[in-house]
Amino acid sequence: MADTAIADAAEQVLASRPDKAQLIDKLVAKLPEHVVLHAEEDLRPFECDGLSAYRKLPMIVVLPETIEQVQIAMQVCYANDVAVVARGAGTGLSGGALPMENGVLLSLAKFKQILDIDTANRRATVQPGVRNLAISEAVSDLGLYYAPDPSSQIACSIGGNVAENSGGVHCLKYGLTTHNIIELEIVTVEGERMTIGSEALDTPGYDLLALMTGSEGLLGVIVQVVVKLLPKPERAQVVLAAFDDVRKAGDAVAAIIQAGIVPAGLEMLDNPAIVATEEFVHADYPTDAAAILLCEVDGTHAEVDEHIADVREVVEREGATEVRVSRDDAERAIFWAGRKAAFPAMGRISPDYYCMDGTIPRKALADVLIGIGELSKKYGQRVANVFHAGDGNLHPLILYDANIEGELERTEEFGGAICELCLEHGGTITGEHGVGVEKIDQMCVQFPPDELTQFHAVKQAFDSKGLLNPGKAVPTLHRCAEFGAMHVHNGELPFPELERL
Amino acid sequence: MQTSIIPQLRDTPDGQEADRILRACTHCGFCTATCPTYQLLGDERDSPRGRIYLIKQVLEGEKPTQKTQTHLDRCLTCRACETTCPSGVEYAKLADIGRELVEQQVERPRHERVLRWLLRHIVAYRNRFAFFFALGHLFKPLLVGPLAPLKQKMPPRRKALAWPKAENAQRTMLVLDGCVQPVAAPNTNAHAARIFSQLGVRLVAPKASGCCGALSQHLSHREEANDFARRNIDAWWPYIEDGAEAIVLTASGCGASVVEYGHMLRNDPEYAEKAARVSALARDLSDVLAEEDLSQLGDLGHGRQVAYHPPCTLQNAPQLHDNVAEILTQAGYQLTHVRDPHLCCGSAGTYSILQPTMANELRSNKLASLQAGEPDVIVTANIGCQLHLESAAGVPVRHWIELLEPAAAA
Repeated sequence: MADTAIADAAEQVLASRPDKAQLIDKLVAKLPEHVVLHAEEDLRPFECDGLSAYRKLPMIVVLPETIEQVQIAMQVCYANDVAVVARGAGTGLSGGALPMENGVLLSLAKFKQILDIDTANRRATVQPGVRNLAISEAVSDLGLYYAPDPSSQIACSIGGNVAENSGGVHCLKYGLTTHNIIELEIVTVEGERMTIGSEALDTPGYDLLALMTGSEGLLGVIVQVVVKLLPKPERAQVVLAAFDDVRKAGDAVAAIIQAGIVPAGLEMLDNPAIVATEEFVHADYPTDAAAILLCEVDGTHAEVDEHIADVREVVEREGATEVRVSRDDAERAIFWAGRKAAFPAMGRISPDYYCMDGTIPRKALADVLIGIGELSKKYGQRVANVFHAGDGNLHPLILYDANIEGELERTEEFGGAICELCLEHGGTITGEHGVGVEKIDQMCVQFPPDELTQFHAVKQAFDSKGLLNPGKAVPTLHRCAEFGAMHVHNGELPFPELERL
Repeated sequence: MQTSIIPQLRDTPDGQEADRILRACTHCGFCTATCPTYQLLGDERDSPRGRIYLIKQVLEGEKPTQKTQTHLDRCLTCRACETTCPSGVEYAKLADIGRELVEQQVERPRHERVLRWLLRHIVAYRNRFAFFFALGHLFKPLLVGPLAPLKQKMPPRRKALAWPKAENAQRTMLVLDGCVQPVAAPNTNAHAARIFSQLGVRLVAPKASGCCGALSQHLSHREEANDFARRNIDAWWPYIEDGAEAIVLTASGCGASVVEYGHMLRNDPEYAEKAARVSALARDLSDVLAEEDLSQLGDLGHGRQVAYHPPCTLQNAPQLHDNVAEILTQAGYQLTHVRDPHLCCGSAGTYSILQPTMANELRSNKLASLQAGEPDVIVTANIGCQLHLESAAGVPVRHWIELLEPAAAA
């Protein structure tokens, strides 16, 4: 039932042809003229987010400066049945902020204020456009920090982090965004303000805060976030272990966790990734290694001493060819710098890259990596692997050249095959980047129709007209049926038209 | 990033360079984090990534309007974005190409054309600038409207210091006199020459050298900038052949330009080789001094509190190296903590005159960070930053070299 209703609504929204001139008039009647962009010259820079392989010229971009302006934009769109795609810093890697040619792109980038820092309760109230790293920088003098640290933390904004439930290097020990926020303020599709969660740790009723986190802009527009702050650990140290074989490195990851150590971060880079990042960061990574592990432990001095010794012992037993321990915070930062810049550093060895985000049980790491290597040979395309090994969150980066005809299509197919390989090993198609448009078809493989139907029921409770970010994150059953039917034609899946349901 | 540059541009040197730069960009957005204008405005079109996109449109044949020009004008060319770009996108080179393309297609309003013409034809020439500078002091009250930012910029006239004779010096280095600095802060090079003379180095500023070319370059007249580069190369060449060890740049803005001569003139068969040699010899004052034995200067600071503002050009031009903090600490000064050192002060060449609103906002933020540690003096390493900050600071703003000769500077 719900799926039919939402499918009808979504289909109507995706196929709608709103009168652009009329909508502009209605928006500028209530908003300052400079916040409403509609000429192609102005719109073009907004046509994609961090996943630049997917591009759509938005019909209109609204750049509000106040929450009231967000509400007005939403009210006008709601009254006119126009779809709205919210966008933060535009650094997402799954096309979650891909605009619509018949919709409004709502940028929250002007909301850059940290409104309050409450040291007694270790909380900060921030606007959605505040950069992830800016929060930690602002409270650093107070001995505090905000734990989730996606690799794009220098640029990505907290609103987008909430929408995608971002993780990062430290989520192994400190959790994802959902574990590190306490209250949200959203503007609903009708343009009303609503507070979700509370200052208390637990609230009666359903946990809507968890539902909103990772909802990819399908349920509401985030306009304020209260984040938890943690005390900076007394000390943190990183072990860099090199291996001459990917399987040994994968097994070492499982062995570290098995030994009862909870690292603050446990990351792996394979050889192509080591070589590319070394060129930018000069972290002195061993460029001849098949893979390196970066394992951070933090806590009191005594804890760190003990765990560093344990980690060293485990990786040596697992056959590490070289083990280095960071001597001070400066060296620790250098060890991490390569990892954090690894994705875009691919720009140095390939004109384009396509980043995947599957998650697998840790024990399957080595098998999946070897499987990806085989797929790489089959498709004739290079892959670099940089990922959160500790929680089995893979990030294979498929290297390609968008200027060569057909290469993007082959890359997408290759990406799909990697997702399915993860599922075969008991994993999921996305760990932290979100589904967006990129992995929407793989959702059909991950979830049976009944579960997708329940997702649509949730969506309908918040957005019965289906105006918020349609065509992303949760596929309609219709789309899944079509994907399934086309998928069996083995490799003939054309460029997925986003309008197709 | 995918590109499809129009055929008439694709095979030109500019088109090829732009294509190479664009294709390295992965649209990740890391650059937006360190861009001063994006941090203030939160508008994608005022970020490096957005500007790259605006330029890409023009290269792909879309006709730009004044809007594209405005967003490119608002860029400070501070190059902070290049330091956070993991893909190595050479943004500033692309911006130069893009700005000139837009300049050819979009006519500016009359008052902008006049102001830009004046900047290129007066400020870049030492004698003309000196004449108008003196005139300006006389007629200060008449500087209104678009000329008002100039009024703030005029520092009080200072007593000229004598250059040392340095007859016994065994070693020779060149120093660029430039255009604005010898008029507005004539003693910066004199201080440098006096310190070098104590170290046994004769510092020479050939009369025929002049503006480094950055002014023209930033005002989208790259060929004119190349002419300035050739003129300086001609003035320096005999000394280089005689064994001058280095070209010392006391203004990092000029430094960032001279280190690019090799690139600017790479397609000029007559000058390419000489230009590359000049760029290789060009070094920031602090970089050269850091290699000398400065212990003979003794404790000059006696713990005086100094806030140092490293100019963007000194932080972000990969060929320039900043040793100012180390030198001042060695000389006994106490450096205060300054937040967000990577953010531009708003001076940025002609920017503070052409974009006064944005420049003043950046300056207020910068002065707040610089003055937070309650310094006795603010120092920097570029004439532009010095004049821009001085016009609104509550404490003296100096070139850092003056602190190595505190008695002479007093």
